[in-house]
Amino acid sequence: MGNLEPVKPFPDSEEMEISFGPQHPATHGVLRVLVRLDGERIIEAKPIIGYLHRGTEKIFERETYNGTIPHTDRMDYTAAATNNQGLVGTVERLLGVTVPPRAAYIRMILAELQRIASHIIWLGTHALDIGAQSPFFYTFQERETILDLYEEYCGARLTLNCMRVGGQPFDLPEGWTGRCRAFVDQLPARIAEWEALLTNNRIWKKRTIGVGVISAADAIEWGLTGPPLRGSGVKWDIRKVFPYDHYDEVEFEIPTGASGDTYDRYLVRMEEMRQSVRIVTQCLERLPDGPVMAKVPKVIKPPKGEIYFSVEGPKGELGYYAVSDGSTNPYRLHVRPACFVNLQALDVMSRGLLVADLIAVIGTLDIVLGEIDR
Amino acid sequence: MAEQDSATPQAQAAPKPPWEEKPVAPQPQDAREHPQVREIAALLPDAVVAATEFAGQVTVAVPAERIGEVCRACKDRLDYKFLVDLTAVDWQGRPEGRFDVIYWMHRFSDSRRLRLKVLLADGVEVASVTSVWKVANWMEREVFDMFGIYFANHPNLERILTWEGFSGHPLRKDFPIEGIDTGAAIYPDVYPPGGGPVAGEGGE
Repeated sequence: MGNLEPVKPFPDSEEMEISFGPQHPATHGVLRVLVRLDGERIIEAKPIIGYLHRGTEKIFERETYNGTIPHTDRMDYTAAATNNQGLVGTVERLLGVTVPPRAAYIRMILAELQRIASHIIWLGTHALDIGAQSPFFYTFQERETILDLYEEYCGARLTLNCMRVGGQPFDLPEGWTGRCRAFVDQLPARIAEWEALLTNNRIWKKRTIGVGVISAADAIEWGLTGPPLRGSGVKWDIRKVFPYDHYDEVEFEIPTGASGDTYDRYLVRMEEMRQSVRIVTQCLERLPDGPVMAKVPKVIKPPKGEIYFSVEGPKGELGYYAVSDGSTNPYRLHVRPACFVNLQALDVMSRGLLVADLIAVIGTLDIVLGEIDR
Repeated sequence: MAEQDSATPQAQAAPKPPWEEKPVAPQPQDAREHPQVREIAALLPDAVVAATEFAGQVTVAVPAERIGEVCRACKDRLDYKFLVDLTAVDWQGRPEGRFDVIYWMHRFSDSRRLRLKVLLADGVEVASVTSVWKVANWMEREVFDMFGIYFANHPNLERILTWEGFSGHPLRKDFPIEGIDTGAAIYPDVYPPGGGPVAGEGGE
């Protein structure tokens, strides 16, 4: 692993090239992987992307700063809240705005619910890809409740558009905290239920242990962030390293793996869901009173300058690099997508494995093509 | 709310919380004396053209022809093991050079980040840093695709988000936001020059 020399085919074998995707359900969207095979073994797996390219960064340049927020929803459409959080955080730092504590806490609740929802999609589809059908039904039931909570808060279920520069567009509806609390209180039992289906499952273990191994040094070299990096044993989380909102006031652990294989990344994400429950519970307990919107000018005109700000998205480090020329529109707004960078490691992680393991590796990277292609 | 109203006279005397104040935007400062900049200057004299600090983030401008050397030194000797981001900005019409190429690095030992910036004229090559950080491969391909900046010694500098044969570089400022006629460029047998499908028209 780690070197990019093609694995040598057996002398009597015939090399085969197949195009996996872009219309294959196991590629989680429109990913196309050009796989060179020796029998069932992968010699090389070359991801081909861009089928969902919509020119989001070009569109950003046309929009006002608040107008860019709906476009971020459509990048990683399974994690709109963290996308919003990253964008508004960038512009707020460019403007020098301090967000009222109540708004910051609401953001943290929304973001952590989003992390759980995103991990639920990952768990359900990843298990489905590998052949375990039942977790999908159990997990999506819980996701439905999260989407209901979002719908009650902002009216949307997926493309939330639920944050604004300077704070939150709305306060929490009456009784929302109670319903959210009831949901997170019962979630650990559900997570235990999902784990009972998989963690000690013999088939699951055979399909994931030792599959898609990447060492910590290689993971850093390939720029992995999020669960793939933590699965390799690097204790690294933007929420701890560069705390934003009020993440420095809540207690949570960063789970890490040891061997950097698919099974470890599975364990890391399962634990992350529990930690997110912990964060939401603390936020609900401490939710301060007060306004949800800072005093921000009606027309947002940041000064000339450039800034990079990143949040810990469910998939990894989601960064925004904004360049302002002093006008109402961003001169350049670049996204550092976690999935785009993580997907690049697919080749090193899948060389020498079987075709069926490629599905497991794509699943464990937890990619969303909307964010990769933007 | 009633409580807040009764407390108004005292609240006026007390300083307002920061979210009720008018926001104070960060100001750029010269950062030549910043420890992260001095490290580089000590290793590679003359490599630092300018250094600014804005909102706590340090940007070091580096001559374009020395970027490979600077990145190599940053990784091997200054411990910037992690390239977080690589992108470019088009400053169309700027006399000193049209593009900025931006490198945003991280080091784990003290959790500090540093931005390198290279000024580049249109059509000028810049050295690829894929040999320094493997992650730069796709990032440089994206910059090539979106801006048309060529990276010398890149292992496979192909388009990544648009398709093979696409004409133009979408994130250049002179690329129209409604799209260009790319049909003729891709299917010259089917469409006459200028006669291809144009983005924004009803999908014939």
